[in-house]
Amino acid sequence: MAIKKFKDKLFSRATFRGITAIVIFVIIWEVGARSEQLFGYRFPFLGLVPPPSDVLASWGGLIGDPSYWQSWYMSFLRVFGGFAAAMIIGIPLGLFMAVNRTFYGMSFPTFEILRPIPPLAWVPASIIFWPTQELSIAFVTFLGAFYTIVINVLGGARSINKQFLQAAQSMGASQWDIFRRIVLPATLPSIVVGSAVGMGITWEVVVAAEMISGGGSSGGGAGGGLGFFIWSSYVGGSYEQIVVGMISIGIAGYFSSELLRQLGGLLTPWLKTR
Amino acid sequence: MSTQVKEQSAFSGRDVREQSASEIVATGICKTYGAGPFAKDVVRDCSFTIESNKLTVMIGPSGCGKSTLIQLIAGFETPDQGTITMDGRPITGPGMDRLVLFQESALFPWMTTYDNIMYGPRARGEDTKESAELAEFLLNKVGLEAFRDKYPQQLSGGMQRRAELARAMINKPEVMILDEPFRGLDNMSKELMWEYYAGLYEEDRNTNFFVTTDIDEAIFLADRLLIMTNLPTSTRAVIEIDIPRPRRIEDVVNSSRANEIKKEVMTLLHEEAMKSFSGGSKAAADFLDAYSKRAG
Repeated sequence: MAIKKFKDKLFSRATFRGITAIVIFVIIWEVGARSEQLFGYRFPFLGLVPPPSDVLASWGGLIGDPSYWQSWYMSFLRVFGGFAAAMIIGIPLGLFMAVNRTFYGMSFPTFEILRPIPPLAWVPASIIFWPTQELSIAFVTFLGAFYTIVINVLGGARSINKQFLQAAQSMGASQWDIFRRIVLPATLPSIVVGSAVGMGITWEVVVAAEMISGGGSSGGGAGGGLGFFIWSSYVGGSYEQIVVGMISIGIAGYFSSELLRQLGGLLTPWLKTR
Repeated sequence: MSTQVKEQSAFSGRDVREQSASEIVATGICKTYGAGPFAKDVVRDCSFTIESNKLTVMIGPSGCGKSTLIQLIAGFETPDQGTITMDGRPITGPGMDRLVLFQESALFPWMTTYDNIMYGPRARGEDTKESAELAEFLLNKVGLEAFRDKYPQQLSGGMQRRAELARAMINKPEVMILDEPFRGLDNMSKELMWEYYAGLYEEDRNTNFFVTTDIDEAIFLADRLLIMTNLPTSTRAVIEIDIPRPRRIEDVVNSSRANEIKKEVMTLLHEEAMKSFSGGSKAAADFLDAYSKRAG
């Protein structure tokens, strides 16, 4: 039964469309990149990009290279470390801001002033006040997800239908029970959305942070990671490897988001019924 | 199977909701929202009685502050002036003795039908065998045993209302307060819900307070009918509906007594609706007056 379902999904029209789109994209890219050899005229932009066949060849050489996988590992570690810290601190903070009016009044203005500062603007400062380079990258990554998670949790918890609270109250529920069984599940969809958006920002931030701090002469490449992989490929003049690095990040980001979507779906089963 | 049925019938009318005598009296209550130039009188000098063991229906033009009265009776808000008492004791806050069924479904979307019904007992730490049995019995009573593990989104409007009735009844409230509970249902389900709800009421005849804007619904259900004025709300008239119970839709439609009452109620409500429609403007009121004379 499960196998048949999987087969149906594998050979569905959606899968076919997806594959067709990727194939067409690769063909255009290949033709564009080889336009000078093929037509004697270099296409703008595409003509400067290494063709996918070369990228694939370069990738093939890297698959067996442990330092390439080390880059994956380093970036994943930073993303999930920073992301986990943002969830652990951000979710309770957002919830507490939502339920406690005094705390909200005191913390929200500060929060709103800090929030527009882009995480990358924190890079120099965090290099100064964190003892190791690793911690400063992790901190910047954390900031990327943190604000988004807090603002989503806060918004979700503050927009709970008042009648849910009144109904629970009149059935004799305690404050703690209302928090645990009404406020928390009612906020869960916002937590899931905030996390998914936060995860995307985390990948954007980690790559840039790795390029800046890991690629610097002071780091000496010790930082590693996919961002640094791209940067060192650029410095070394290996353009195929730049593209390999870029696609690697695309794949890594996709799997991270998919993982969150699956987890979020398990946590909020009632939303699937709509 | 047969023993189970026996058990269930033993529950009904005895364990589910014990007969109680609870009367709610509102005396001279006023409620104003906002302050200064934005102040809006919603309720002014409003008095009425929700008599014990009767189904009191409150009807009035829409937007007339009936929901505010419910918030006050339920204890979610307090009146600016006047008192509301239940069995002589003033109402100070929300309590299990007065349960509210809200206009829109307030079923918790993240809980299945069964978990929704069990919410009250579990919240009070009464997750006992008796509670579970009672939940089971109520699931059957509202005809949702096949939907026990479904989420509210998967139920139809009528099912949601029945699930909500069960969730309220498991707490054995002395007074049940219903705020336009069947609004938004299609006519067919609405009439089915009337008969269904009237049947539930007729079983134990506890104190019920039902708010609506639908005249047919009001006359079909009510023992006593409170007709409210336009804003600021006060009681315009009280009519005893002496149509015998149990009532059936066909009987009420064909009953000349029901039609007499309907005419009376319509005349009163029409006046109030006119006031609310003209919104206090003299020109609009004159126009409506002239128009209704011509139409009449």
